Amino acid sequence: MTRPVLEARNLTKEFRGFTAVDDIDLLIREGSIHALIGPNGAGKTTVFNLLTKFLQPTRGQILYRGEDITPLKSAAIARKGIVRSFQISAVFPHMTALENIRVALQTAEGSSFSFWRSGSTLHKLNDRCMELLDSVGLAEFANTATVELAYGRKRALELATTLAMDPKLLLLDEPTQGMGSEDVDRVVELVRKAAQGRTVLMVEHNLSVVSKLCDRITVLAQGAVLTEGDYQTVSADPRVREVYMGSDGSGERGAEPPTDPAEEVAP
Amino acid sequence: MNQPVNPADIHKVIIEQQKARNRKKMMVNGVLFLLLLAAPFMMYPVFLMKILCFALFAVAFNLLFGFAGLLSFGHAAFLAAGGYTTGYLLSNFAGLSTELGILAGTATATVLGLAFALLSIRRQGIYFAMVTLALAQLVFFFFVQAEFTGGEDGMHGIPRGHLLGLINLEDNLNMYYFVLAVFIGCYLLVQRIVSSPYGQVLKAIKQNEPRAVSLGYNVDRYKVLAFVISSALAGLAGSMKSVVFQLASLNDAHWHMSGEVILMTLLGGMGTLLGPVIGATFVVNVEYQLSQGPLRDWVDPILGGIFVLTVLAFRSGVVGEIQKLVDRNFK
Repeated sequence: MTRPVLEARNLTKEFRGFTAVDDIDLLIREGSIHALIGPNGAGKTTVFNLLTKFLQPTRGQILYRGEDITPLKSAAIARKGIVRSFQISAVFPHMTALENIRVALQTAEGSSFSFWRSGSTLHKLNDRCMELLDSVGLAEFANTATVELAYGRKRALELATTLAMDPKLLLLDEPTQGMGSEDVDRVVELVRKAAQGRTVLMVEHNLSVVSKLCDRITVLAQGAVLTEGDYQTVSADPRVREVYMGSDGSGERGAEPPTDPAEEVAP
Repeated sequence: MNQPVNPADIHKVIIEQQKARNRKKMMVNGVLFLLLLAAPFMMYPVFLMKILCFALFAVAFNLLFGFAGLLSFGHAAFLAAGGYTTGYLLSNFAGLSTELGILAGTATATVLGLAFALLSIRRQGIYFAMVTLALAQLVFFFFVQAEFTGGEDGMHGIPRGHLLGLINLEDNLNMYYFVLAVFIGCYLLVQRIVSSPYGQVLKAIKQNEPRAVSLGYNVDRYKVLAFVISSALAGLAGSMKSVVFQLASLNDAHWHMSGEVILMTLLGGMGTLLGPVIGATFVVNVEYQLSQGPLRDWVDPILGGIFVLTVLAFRSGVVGEIQKLVDRNFK
């Protein structure tokens, strides 16, 4: 058994009496692609925000390779190699694609406080930027302002920016959200490529994506872990079907009930 | 469908474009420089110096507002802190050479700026503006009460003295070229900052702060640095101004002044380098022209009207709108 990269113990977040995340234990194994699924309002994004400290947990502990990182700030966690993406495409809109990536590379480069230096000292990072852009098929847009890129390309750029940090653990918040099927296939390939030599934790609504990519799935419902396992186990679980179908009428749009992947993906 | 692209070629194009942009920037700077060199032979130097001091103040403010996205409503405090400190030192220590008095004024504003920044930087948007306003009011009342400022009367008869103990600044032309040199130095510094590695990070923080955090940036520190540099330059503007006019008054500390610099920046174009300079020139001119004529009691309403018009119709300001026109037609 490979050792856990990230571990959450008794993670809890309360908002004025409302418990969004209720005593969750989570174990992410080295090298795995781990999915966090569940209906809207299940607390998936809150868990992401807690793990990256964009929110302060009410209780609980977060361990990264055995080290307690609960007291660290977001920026410090990112510098440790735990880098997240966002649900809405998180880019710097009025910078070019190349500059977007370069900002990520600057973190490690160490000149980010040098206000007296010429901007041309950053040109030495450009080659690496072009490589990363090329790897997500965006090389030709290097000099385009990001705001002018199509949605799918923005998401690809965001992924490339995240990868520029060379993260050990990649947290992807709905990487295929709002995409057409062509873009979805591209993102699946990109994530697969990005996951080599890394660990990935992703929130994902599109279950065909989950079935293709992920080797472990945690299902959340109402802020708690409902079940965990591989796709076969989870999709066979009647409780999972129930929360997804919303048998009590609490179901929501956007989430499809888990089905056999073979039904959705024609070979 | 995709044509084969060579990343190296694209990169070359980018570098070429950047060089072309830099050449254009140099040309604009050169033309302005020549104009400013010749200006005192066509216009009254003291009036020109007033414009330059306010332009420097607006450039300083714009570094924070336009490039870091932080709206400070307390920049008058730094202008006044610089002015009063320099005025006090030059008035009371006869042998002190002028540039040291100015440096001391700038240093005071820098320290004050650091204090403001540490107290306000964690607040966002309107709350940030309110905290800076409250702190600036505190400073204002301190200047009202403190004896050395002369209270309501202000500080008069500040000697201009000698630059480096050599150049007589009582001479308006000497004074003008000194102010011009300081202004150009600061303008080029801000230009450098904006395009520096630090400037890139600042830009990123302004455009998407959570993303910058997720890339490992401790954003508060970058903002504090921008605030401190901005307040230092604002203090320098105040110091220069007190030497030019031989006067430091409560007007400079009043919240009115914090509002005026916002007006100048917005009018000229926030987030552009030249915008605040144009805005300051315009506002100082309008104030002067109106105060000479029958509309002298209407200066504030007229400026207010211009402000409203700018915000409603020309959001990007003079320079911003021109830039948009150029981009649209010559691309």
